[in-house]
Amino acid sequence: MYTFSNRLKIGSIILMALGLLGMGVGFISAPSTVEEAQTMVAAHGDDHGGDSHGAVAAHSDTAHVADDHGADHGEHLLHQLQNRPWSAFYVAAFFFFMIALGVLAFYAIQRAAQAGWSPMLFRVMEGITAYIVPGGIILFVFFVLSVMHFNHIFPWMDADVVAHDKLLQGKAGYLNVSFFLIRAAIFLGGWILYREVSRRLSIAQDNADDNSNFKKNFKWSAGFLVFYLITESIMSWDWIMSVDPHWFSTLFGWYVFASMVVSGITVISMIAIYLKSKGYLPDVNDSHIHDLAKYMFGFSIFWTYLWFGQFMLIWYANIPEEVTYFVTRIEDFRLPFFGMVALNFIFPVLVLMNSDYKRVNWFVIMTGMVILAGHYLDVYNMITPATVGDQWYIGLPEIGAFLFFAGLFIFWVFRALTKAPLQPTRNPFVEESRQFHY
Amino acid sequence: MAATVIHAYYNDDDVLMHAVKRIKEAKHHIEEVYCPFPVHGLDKAMGLAPTRIAITSFMYGVLGLAVSIVMMNYIMITDWPMDIGGKPSFSYIENMPAFVPIMFEMTVFFAAHLMVITFYLRSKLWPFKEAENPDIRTTDDHFVMEIEVHDNESELKELLLDTGAVELNIIKTSH
Repeated sequence: MYTFSNRLKIGSIILMALGLLGMGVGFISAPSTVEEAQTMVAAHGDDHGGDSHGAVAAHSDTAHVADDHGADHGEHLLHQLQNRPWSAFYVAAFFFFMIALGVLAFYAIQRAAQAGWSPMLFRVMEGITAYIVPGGIILFVFFVLSVMHFNHIFPWMDADVVAHDKLLQGKAGYLNVSFFLIRAAIFLGGWILYREVSRRLSIAQDNADDNSNFKKNFKWSAGFLVFYLITESIMSWDWIMSVDPHWFSTLFGWYVFASMVVSGITVISMIAIYLKSKGYLPDVNDSHIHDLAKYMFGFSIFWTYLWFGQFMLIWYANIPEEVTYFVTRIEDFRLPFFGMVALNFIFPVLVLMNSDYKRVNWFVIMTGMVILAGHYLDVYNMITPATVGDQWYIGLPEIGAFLFFAGLFIFWVFRALTKAPLQPTRNPFVEESRQFHY
Repeated sequence: MAATVIHAYYNDDDVLMHAVKRIKEAKHHIEEVYCPFPVHGLDKAMGLAPTRIAITSFMYGVLGLAVSIVMMNYIMITDWPMDIGGKPSFSYIENMPAFVPIMFEMTVFFAAHLMVITFYLRSKLWPFKEAENPDIRTTDDHFVMEIEVHDNESELKELLLDTGAVELNIIKTSH
C-alpha cells in the first residue's frame, strides 16, 4: 500500500493556498465600473508592449469620442477585464479536469482492448481518474455561476446579446441555459458513473476466484467508449466552442480529445515514474515507460495534425465567419498560439524521436512538463481570445488558478492512490504485464 | 584456409533465444542465425551492433523536406505562379499552409523509400541474387545457428544439443 508522503501533501496544500491567494487578488483587482477599466488599461498600457495596442486604441476611442459607440467599447473593455479572473479559473479547472478525463478514456481503451502490457499501470490510472469527481463538480458549479451571470464567459447566456443577434436566436433551441446544464449533468454523471463502477470491479477482481469482474469491466468499458465518443464531442462544443458562439469547426471534438489524451498519458507516465522512484510499482519496468513515451510522441503528432488540419481548411476557404477565429489568435495571441506548437510538437518530436531516450526516465519527465505547459496554453488559446480578447496577460490570476488546481489535483490523486494496492494481483493479464519487455 | 562450422537447427524461436543466450554465456562466437521470420530481441542477445538505419531515416526525411521546399518553390512560385482560390502564389512563406501536406508527404516518401533501398544495399540484396541461407528449411519452419569450430567439436555439440537443437550438421568449407 502506498502512503501519501507528508512532504507531497504539504506541498500540494501550499500550492492550493498560493493559488487561492493569486486568484483572490485577481478577483479583487478586477474593475467594477467602466471608468475603472479605462484607467486600468491606460495605466498598464505601456507595460505590456505589443499586446496593449488594441487596448490603447479602445481606450482612446472612449476618451475622445463620447458617443454611444465609445460607451459600447468601454462596456466591452469592462467585461473583458472582469472576465479575466473567471477565464483564468475556467482554463485551469478545465485543463486539470481534461487530464483526468483523458486518462479515463485511455484506461477504457486498455480495458476494452484487453491490453496485456498495461495492467501494471491500471491503479495509477484509476488514481488519476478519481479527480473527475471534484474536478467535474467544480466545473458544474462554475457553469451554474455563469448561468447566473456572475461572468460573461458564455455570451449566448446573455438575453440582451441574443436579442440583437440573429444567429444566436437561430441556435437558441440548442444553446440555451437549461439544456446546457442538463447536458453537462448527463456528461459528468455518465463519466463519474463509469469511473466508479470500473474502479469497484477492478478492486473486486483482486479478491475474486474467477474472471467475472474482469469480463464485466470489459463490457462497461466498451459501452463507456461509445458514450464517451459522443459526449466528449458535444462537451467540446458546449464548454469550449460556445465561448465563440458564431464560430464552428467540425473536427473540434477531435482536437480537444487529442489535447486531452496526450496530457493524460503524460501525467500517467510522470506519476508512474515518480512512484517507481519512491520504490512502489517494482514491476513497472522501462518498457512500460517506453510504451507510454511512444504514446506521448504519437499523440503529440496527432494533436499537431488536427491543429494544422483545422487551420489549413479555414485558411484556404477564407470564409469571413470562420477566419475571425484565427485572425484574433494570430494578431492578438501570436506568442502563445505559435509558441504552443513549439512546445507541443517540435520539442516532443525531437526529444522523444530516439528510441533509447524514451527509456530515460528524466527525459520523459522533462518532456512531459513541456507537453503539459503546451497543452495548458492550448486550452488558454481556446478560451481566452473569446473571453478576454486583447486584454490577455499571463499574470497572477492565471498562475494562481493553475497552482490551485495543480495542488488540488495532486492532493486528490495521491489520496486516491493510497486506497488500494498499487499493483493489481488477480487481473488475468497481470503476468503478461509483469513480463512485458520490448 | 579451411574452416569448419557447425549448423545447429532449432524449430522454435523461444528455444532459439534461450540457446543464443546460453551459448553467448559459454563464450562461443555465433557467426550467424538464419530465421524464417524476424525474432524480437535476437540482435541484442547475439550482441550485434545497434542498427544505424534510424539515423539514415532521419537524414533522408530531412532531405525529402528540403527537396519538397525547393521543388515547390520552383514550380509554384518562380516558374509559373498561379492564383488558387484567391491566393496568388507570389511568396512561398505566405502560401506555406498550402504546401505543408506536400512537405510532409515528401518527407515520409524519401524516408521510407531510401531507407528500404539502403537496407537492400547494406544487406547485399539485389534481383537474381542467389540465396545465402544454408538450408531451404530456414525459409519455412527451422532456425539455423552457425558457429565456427576451433578443435572443440564434441564439447560444442554437447552444448548445442543440450540447448534444444533438433539437428546438427558439420560443414567443412575451403576458401
